Amino acid sequence: MDTNGAVVSARDVHKSFGPLKVLDGIDFEVQRGEVMVIIGRSGSGKSTALRCLDRFETIDEGEIIVCGHHVSDPNIDLRALRQDVGIVFQSYNLFPHLTVEENIILAPCSVKRASKTAAKEQAKRVLAQVGLEEKLHYYPEQLSGGQQQRAAIARSLAMQPKVMLFDEVTSALDPELTGEVLKVIEALAADGMTMVMVTHEMGFAKGIADQVLFMHRGKVHESGPATILTSPTTPELAQFVGKEL
Amino acid sequence: MNLILDFPAILERWPLFLDGAWLTLQLALIATLLGGVIGVVGAMGRRSSNAVLSRICTIYVEGIRNTPLLVQIFLVYFGLASLGLKFSAFTVAAAALTINVGAYTTEIIRAGFDAVPRGQIEAAEGLALSRAQIYWNVILWPGIEKVYPALTSQFVLLMLASSVTSQISAEELTAVANYVQSDTYRAFETYILVAIVYVILSLIMRAGFWALGLVIFPRRRRLGTPL
Ligand SMILES: Nc1ncnc2c1ncn2[C@@H]1O[C@H](COP(=O)(O)OP(=O)(O)OP(=O)(O)O)[C@@H](O)[C@H]1O
Ligand SMILES: [Mg+2]
Repeated sequence: MDTNGAVVSARDVHKSFGPLKVLDGIDFEVQRGEVMVIIGRSGSGKSTALRCLDRFETIDEGEIIVCGHHVSDPNIDLRALRQDVGIVFQSYNLFPHLTVEENIILAPCSVKRASKTAAKEQAKRVLAQVGLEEKLHYYPEQLSGGQQQRAAIARSLAMQPKVMLFDEVTSALDPELTGEVLKVIEALAADGMTMVMVTHEMGFAKGIADQVLFMHRGKVHESGPATILTSPTTPELAQFVGKEL
Repeated sequence: MNLILDFPAILERWPLFLDGAWLTLQLALIATLLGGVIGVVGAMGRRSSNAVLSRICTIYVEGIRNTPLLVQIFLVYFGLASLGLKFSAFTVAAAALTINVGAYTTEIIRAGFDAVPRGQIEAAEGLALSRAQIYWNVILWPGIEKVYPALTSQFVLLMLASSVTSQISAEELTAVANYVQSDTYRAFETYILVAIVYVILSLIMRAGFWALGLVIFPRRRRLGTPL
């Protein structure tokens, strides 16, 4: 583990896509049980920053350590990292040919070699956690967007991750369905799950964030406790939250 | 003109037609099975990041798709003979048809694999599944399901195309017809009958693929979605 006990730490992270500099020296730390919310304009590099944590993007410079895994090390054991990290995307990405239960037990059975019986028991537990216990044998196409997203969260939880990453998980949903997904995330936070999330839901961010990161032009332009959302110090964040509120 | 059709002379040779039809079906089944396996492996090869492997698969596919089946059959037939290897006409026919349909299925299955959304694969990677586990669980079955209709059509086409193997005296349905019509001088009636038998074989294969689809794609069965 790294010295100060942070679950996630990023130091001076740089990342370019060709000539486009997307991350221009990013620093942050997330402690155990903390919720960090990343906000910023479209294209400011939020998703890229999040994806770097699970090594869906490699970085050009700097250092990222997640749950003791040196993510920026080219020899990293990717599958060990990803057993500790759960990631949920905007577009759910449930496997369409598998039932909710099969979606959930796939990774525990094939990666952790859990027995089918144990995995199915656990599937029931994580589905109860997201309020979907009655949808065990449904196929994704039979679920609403909000239910699919909750099932995707349950699928991640079944791997018992030490940290969860959420990238705009409600952006594809109606306000009504957004609420049910956010409730699930709030319950996770209350349970002490360490989380990093990108969201445009400012009201939600205020309520849940221990730490807010405002990204602007590839840099952490302003960061601090959730109160920076109501009393921002930089004109850029002021303009951003003004527009969003 | 007056057209007189005399079927009894043809129909009394029904055991020959039955044997021919059975042989045709066997050829089709063997080539479908082995060609399907080649198709999966070939599709993985074409998508591979290994440039040499991908190139080899492309050459195979393009080579087969741009030459006539009959020429391919002769190449296998005379190729094996020139190596001093003797095989029955049936074996040569089965081999040539397998090589042929393998190339077409490679292309079809590759399209299916490519149609699996990137996000699904990322989700699987995020769940720590290995490359092999991702291929098996997330790419292979949904990919094949997407192209299953095209795939089954290709296999039915292959069964029909197997009539060409009569040229190397594989004793399948068309070869039987050729023999019967020269024996009875009732060519038109013979080929009418054979055409009907081919239609029946096609229907049998389509029914078989439909049933197979219900078994290997449980979602289709459970949701009643047609393939
Ligand atoms: N794989 C890629 N190849 C090239 N450019 C990319 C790639 N991924 C992202 N970018 C670019 O990097 C910039 C940052 O993208 P990113 O997705 O991180 O933004 P974001 O802050 O998440 O935006 P949004 O709110 O719209 O999701 C954008 O200009 C985007 O076009
Ligand atoms: Mg984004």
